[in-house]
Amino acid sequence: MSDTKHTLVALVEDKPGVLTRVASLFRRRGFNIQSLAVGHSEQPGLSRMTVVVNGDSTEVEQVRKQLDKLINVIRVSDITGEDIVARELALIKVKATASTRSEIIQIVDIFRATIVDVSSDSVTVEVTGDEDKVESLIKLLGGFGIKEVTKTGRVALTRGNTPLKLIKNKERRNTYG
Amino acid sequence: MKKTGAQILCESLIKEGVEVIFGIPGGAVLPLYDTLPQYPQLRHILVRHEQGAAYAADGYARATHKAGVCLATSGPGATNLVTGIANAYMDSSPIIGITGQVARPFIGQDAFQEIDMTGITLPITKHNYLVTDTGELARIVKEAFYIAQTGRPGPVLIDIPKDVQQEEAEFVYPEKVALPGYKIFSQGHSIQVKRAARLINEAEKPVILAGRGVIISQAYDELKELAEKAQIPIVSTLLGIGSFPENHILNFGMLGIHGTAYANLAVQNADLLIAIGMRFDDRATANTSGFAPLAHIIHIDIDPAEIGKNVPVDTPIVGDVKNVLQAMNKEIERRDHLDWLSQLDQWRYEHPSLEIEENDKLLPQYVIRQIYEATQGDAIVVTGIGQNQMWAAQHFVYTKPDSFISSGGLGSMGFELPGAIGAKVGCPEKMVWCIAGDGGFQMTIQELATITQENLAVKIAIINNGYLGMIRQWQELFYKHRYVAAKLWNPDFVKIAEAYDIPGTRVKHREEVISAIQKAIDYPGPFLIDFVVEPEENVYPIVPPGESLSKTLEIPKPAIVDRY
Repeated sequence: MSDTKHTLVALVEDKPGVLTRVASLFRRRGFNIQSLAVGHSEQPGLSRMTVVVNGDSTEVEQVRKQLDKLINVIRVSDITGEDIVARELALIKVKATASTRSEIIQIVDIFRATIVDVSSDSVTVEVTGDEDKVESLIKLLGGFGIKEVTKTGRVALTRGNTPLKLIKNKERRNTYG
Repeated sequence: MKKTGAQILCESLIKEGVEVIFGIPGGAVLPLYDTLPQYPQLRHILVRHEQGAAYAADGYARATHKAGVCLATSGPGATNLVTGIANAYMDSSPIIGITGQVARPFIGQDAFQEIDMTGITLPITKHNYLVTDTGELARIVKEAFYIAQTGRPGPVLIDIPKDVQQEEAEFVYPEKVALPGYKIFSQGHSIQVKRAARLINEAEKPVILAGRGVIISQAYDELKELAEKAQIPIVSTLLGIGSFPENHILNFGMLGIHGTAYANLAVQNADLLIAIGMRFDDRATANTSGFAPLAHIIHIDIDPAEIGKNVPVDTPIVGDVKNVLQAMNKEIERRDHLDWLSQLDQWRYEHPSLEIEENDKLLPQYVIRQIYEATQGDAIVVTGIGQNQMWAAQHFVYTKPDSFISSGGLGSMGFELPGAIGAKVGCPEKMVWCIAGDGGFQMTIQELATITQENLAVKIAIINNGYLGMIRQWQELFYKHRYVAAKLWNPDFVKIAEAYDIPGTRVKHREEVISAIQKAIDYPGPFLIDFVVEPEENVYPIVPPGESLSKTLEIPKPAIVDRY
């Protein structure tokens, strides 16, 4: 069992302190978060959290079960092996002069990214995609000199008809063992 | 009807069946204390340090199977509860911690006696609450008790700002809780139960490993049925003591780094290990890489996160022990396991781990054994941590459920006296013995005042060897006799007791032991015995650090047991 990147998706109550509980759990159990993204879900009062962690599947299963024990976590799934759509968004501020600006725009077009801000000595690029795409763009733009980068971390959903929703207690099956 | 937050809290506690609160007043809980006299059915026991309140609530919970309640003010009162809350967390004990908090407008300003108690207790509670809306207090109390006492039990903290205690709100106690994120897996998966039963029916060398989960689930009868029907030997963890009568022929004592040699041999040679309501703590398993090397492991536990956490498990069953065993027992066939049991009896004969030396010395093991003889096991024993705890676990014969209370996971010295107070308050009709070490006793010695103020007939036996005994033992065995900070100057414990208006006596000779114990039992109130025991007596057997259970060192001629 080698270390691989796992994507966990959790449906959590939108209450104060929930993010702290999740982050504290990761720290306390010695699990490393690669990225964590959280925002409102389609259900009022619930947020959806996407956590990327490194570890072998036994470790990650332990993370999942510990997360699931938190009272404010409604449900959590490891969707790594599943058919998923995963994206992250990055904003990249690149040094740009009159002579390099057009070349930057060309690269940005190839990546289907957008320029969201321009100043006399820089342009800011917005790119959305999987981590590989974002990384390649950052690498290419690196040649011009990068001033600042910020990323959202991965957000993910499973494809098709398998939504991770609130399941009523009575419908819940004991799936362990 | 409108009521103040303090009234809402008190009435909610009464609705939850609370009879006793252990606490100390302070600025941020004064509105609550001012309200308490309106509810005489809530008995408040004034302790002398908040740590004592949390331990007492824990001892109460373990003795009664009901949630224990402790109460402290904000800031230092709250932080003093922390060790006790951690203790309850590690041993899955249902306690409710109630702390005052500075008034809402002051939160976040570093106000006088303000501390972020929900932040501090985040990793040591099953759940915690900061009450910001008085209208939500009743729901929160309801949820807190539900969470603390169901599933795998644990402590829940409720932090209540002073102005919430004073503010009025409509009081309706909710009938039900709505906790969509709280899951309890109470029934074992039927396919897994059947699979486990088949494995048990086919096993030649099965061993049951019973933990505290059996006690929490009160599955004593079910465990006994399983063991007797299939004639399976039982070993227990430290906190599993009391789950099965120790005078039963199928009982082989405690396993682990201070387990009996034959319990450890049983585990190391078993072909099937049925672990019930336990979590493979490192003190029970020793080095996990060499743990039960020949066994298929069935693990029954209510907490899914315990499955495969420390030891890989072959057949997991997530569910309440009582329910799982009830279902499983229906599938169990009668077996006799004659060869296996006679092998175990042979080991028990060859390795008399609990034999007490016959000599003139005042041996701590002898003291414990005589307390057992005098009570015939009809007592609740609450121990400290270290050597006294191990001797109490080994040499008292626990034949009744809930008769052994000890700080297992946290190993928290000072638990013994307040823990015994809690047990005595919860079970006033039972005899409660506090087995203390001379070191740990001084960590919560102030609770002698609580004993006298509440007239609690706790019998205290100090196993006084003038050392932090387990530290000394480790320094002797594993640090080449270099004793560092292990020797204790002690006060005169009998005089100390006298100052607290508690009678006591000192025992220095073996022949005085029985009469002193009888005197303590006959006295109709608290009594302290200072047993000045052999100072450098060691706890045996012992598995050295880093070794597996196969390397169990025994007394008197340390021999290596390596049989499998």
